Amino acid sequence: MFFEDSVTMSRLLTSLTLAFHVIFATVGVGIPIMISIAEFIGIKKKDSHLTLLARRWTRGMTITIAVGVVTGTAIGLQLSLLWPSFMQVAGNVISLPLFMEVFAFFFEAIFLGIYLYTWDRFKNPMYHWLLSIPIVIGSTLSAFFITTVNAFMNTPQGFEMDGNTVTEISPLAAMFNPATPTKVFHVVASSYLTSAAILATIAAVIILVKKGSEYHRKALKLTVTATFIFAIATAIAGDLSAKFLAEHQPEKLAAGEWHFETEAGADLVLFGSLNEDNEVENAITIPKGLSFLAYGDFNAEVEGLNEVPSDEQPPLWIHYMFDLMVSIGFYVLGISMLFLLFWKVKKWNEENRLLLWGIATLGPLSMLAIEFGWIFAEEGRQPWILRGIMTVAEGATTSDHVGLMFILFCGLYFVLGAGCLLVLRKMFKNNPAEAEFEERYPEVAATKEED
Amino acid sequence: MGYEYIGITVLWLFLYGYLIVASVDFGAGFFAYYAKITKKDHIINQLISRYLSPVWEVTNVFFVFFFVGIVGFFPDAAYYYGQALLIPGSIAIVLIAIRGSFYAFESYGFKNNHLYMFLYGATGLLIPASLSTALTISEGGFIEETSNGVKLLYTELLTSPYSWSVVFLAIVSVLYISSMFLTYYANRADDQSALELVRKYALFWSSPTIIASLTSFIALSQHNPEHFEKAIGLWWVFGLSVFFFMVALFLVYQGKFYGWAFIAVMLQFLSAFFGYGASHLPYILQPFVTITSGATNETMGITLVIAFIAGLLLLVPSLILLMRLFLFNADYVKGKK
Ligand code: HDD
Ligand code: HEM
Ligand code: HEM
Repeated sequence: MFFEDSVTMSRLLTSLTLAFHVIFATVGVGIPIMISIAEFIGIKKKDSHLTLLARRWTRGMTITIAVGVVTGTAIGLQLSLLWPSFMQVAGNVISLPLFMEVFAFFFEAIFLGIYLYTWDRFKNPMYHWLLSIPIVIGSTLSAFFITTVNAFMNTPQGFEMDGNTVTEISPLAAMFNPATPTKVFHVVASSYLTSAAILATIAAVIILVKKGSEYHRKALKLTVTATFIFAIATAIAGDLSAKFLAEHQPEKLAAGEWHFETEAGADLVLFGSLNEDNEVENAITIPKGLSFLAYGDFNAEVEGLNEVPSDEQPPLWIHYMFDLMVSIGFYVLGISMLFLLFWKVKKWNEENRLLLWGIATLGPLSMLAIEFGWIFAEEGRQPWILRGIMTVAEGATTSDHVGLMFILFCGLYFVLGAGCLLVLRKMFKNNPAEAEFEERYPEVAATKEED
Repeated sequence: MGYEYIGITVLWLFLYGYLIVASVDFGAGFFAYYAKITKKDHIINQLISRYLSPVWEVTNVFFVFFFVGIVGFFPDAAYYYGQALLIPGSIAIVLIAIRGSFYAFESYGFKNNHLYMFLYGATGLLIPASLSTALTISEGGFIEETSNGVKLLYTELLTSPYSWSVVFLAIVSVLYISSMFLTYYANRADDQSALELVRKYALFWSSPTIIASLTSFIALSQHNPEHFEKAIGLWWVFGLSVFFFMVALFLVYQGKFYGWAFIAVMLQFLSAFFGYGASHLPYILQPFVTITSGATNETMGITLVIAFIAGLLLLVPSLILLMRLFLFNADYVKGKK
């Protein structure tokens, strides 16, 4: 039974932990920059609403960070527990960024502690804003470091395999491997995007359900603008990632695009299904689209999946993961652009309910895109854990009880997820923004009522 | 000194740092719960939460640092420990996860919720117990390597007096270190009623600590005579540890210089910890991994040391800032800010 198979169960448990961690990791990377922006504009425009916004976001973030830290600790330990042979090799070659990542966390954790507890301590609010910079740098740097590790798994370099021992090690070459630039760019941009989109969702839902106040309208404008900008960055980075794949990991792109024969002017296949003979049916095809996606040239030659031995081909279902991610990317871009258009054109009402409902879907959909993206990227590397060097099966633990541990962790993540939602709900429900605003800024609130 | 010695020293220092900071935190959780069920929570819980709020995340990073460092400096040790510790390690992860997140849930959402406080208190004692397994199995005799890979021998582990003496030592030390710190902190905060209470805890937990240390020494002499011999060779280090213990106890008993008393506690554990570590060498995991056989290649070793120094240059000033703003800011400690 697969429950007893330690390789399968290690894969499942790693997927579970990462899929859960990445939710909190993404938010942890992206929210600091949103807080920093809101606080900065708030100070510059002397707009206490935005300052309060930054303040409330920070409070919410403490909860998600807490879950991010504990699940991150879990994945860090689990890597050694579940993939000991892989970590033995990786420890020799790619431990530098793993090590530096901890410094980045540490740096971030220290300043987050200070930031949280010093809101009213400085006469000049700019000093407090300055404290947000190390948090943004720390969280983005940790995303950078961990992503270099993942990039290394896709395009390992910086060492030689001599039988079972590694020699000729160059830690910097391993870290700055060919996959690093596009991967880091795409991961960071999509984290920023997703965080902005989640905050936009919250603002939109409150305006829809409880009518909201000026505070929520300002929050909506700020977050949707940010979503739009980050969505452009994400799409550009995604396009660059595809070009990277065409060059360095063609089997992943080919499996993701159901592109079997090497050919020039390759078509892009969207959705559809495969029949028994692996022929594409019911799909939307964009003529020569794949060549353009892969090389920026409609007539370029794209390598097909059949060039790869069949036992080294990634599973074909990742096609759907790719398509869903890209569709969400364009949907987010479209909706946020519509909002900006409705806002700038005076005659149109940007608080059109349909549009607000559209915005309300952006956060959850972006988070799904993150999950789909990772599943595409990780499954697309199969069967390798270190592409071309070590397979997933070789890297896994031989311990018997992985199945049991899987159940244990299912329980843990259920409790953590539920607890997190409950606490966040309680935190903001019992303390609505308007009430907090009047309490913190009585002078401002009073003058508002007079107008 | 080779980079592997620098590496093990740095890692050992971090583990020591974790031992101190985490003990304070773990014990505080236990005392907070204990005070709640004995209806004394109004006296000390304010104090405990003012200390813990800004630093809990920092504690966790010490631990992460340690195990990431092990993977980097001693990948072979990561391999053996990884294979052997699947169950104890997973249990520790779950406990740490419950503790960290529920601490945040409690302090930002559900103040004084009974269940949360219970989990917080109980995990504080269970985590050290489960983590101490890693030190226990490093003594050898609990792991078997076959053609199918590395296995942990659960029966041996669960029936060994040595392994239980280490668990016992871990738990009492946590309570001892924590109460000593809280005594110092209550005094700083000028909180007389809290001071009286935690000082009583500190005096109470001091004798079990020394008894547990002796017990585990005796158990070690049975389990691993070779290591015991080497430890005896370093008798003066352990003697120093006992000396600092006496100093700490004396000062707290006298009710004076609580700051120095806590420093003496830190030195007590520093000398015992380094005495233990030094006599453990050359083995990292007996008999599979030694400090030289298990070390990473030289390039990575040196790169890591450089990264470490650069990291410290970044962190130390930030940590000093944190301490000045919270721990050693008298107004903050007294609750005025
Ligand atoms: C909000 C999330 C999001 C959105 C809207 C998109 N992506 Fe993405 N994508 C990710 C989130 C993501 C990710 C989670 O960040 C991944 C997973 C692994 C990685 O490197 O980034 C990823 C991976 C990933 C890869 C694989 C990279 C690799 O394995 O090295 C490609 C080729 C693309 N993406 C391309 C795109 C394109 C062309 C998009 C069009 C708009 C797009 N993505 C939108
Ligand atoms: C040290 C770095 C990493 C290691 C060792 C690692 C290893 C693995 C392994 C072995 C799997 C199982 C693949 C399978 O299904 O067989 C996996 C899946 C996955 N990984 Fe990675 N990974 C790493 C980095 C990352 C990063 C940085 C992320 C982003 C958060 C990530 C996201 C995922 C996800 C979402 C899955 C689930 C995919 C699926 O359903 O199979 N991984 N990872
Ligand atoms: C894209 C992928 C990932 C991103 C963006 C990410 C980001 C984060 C963030 C933001 C945190 C919270 C830390 C804090 O705020 O202090 C965190 C925690 C953590 N992550 Fe992830 N992570 C990713 C994947 C991974 C993977 C694959 C690993 C395993 C090597 C990992 C290891 C950790 C650890 C050990 C922590 C806890 C650190 C601490 O104790 O402070 N992360 N991660």
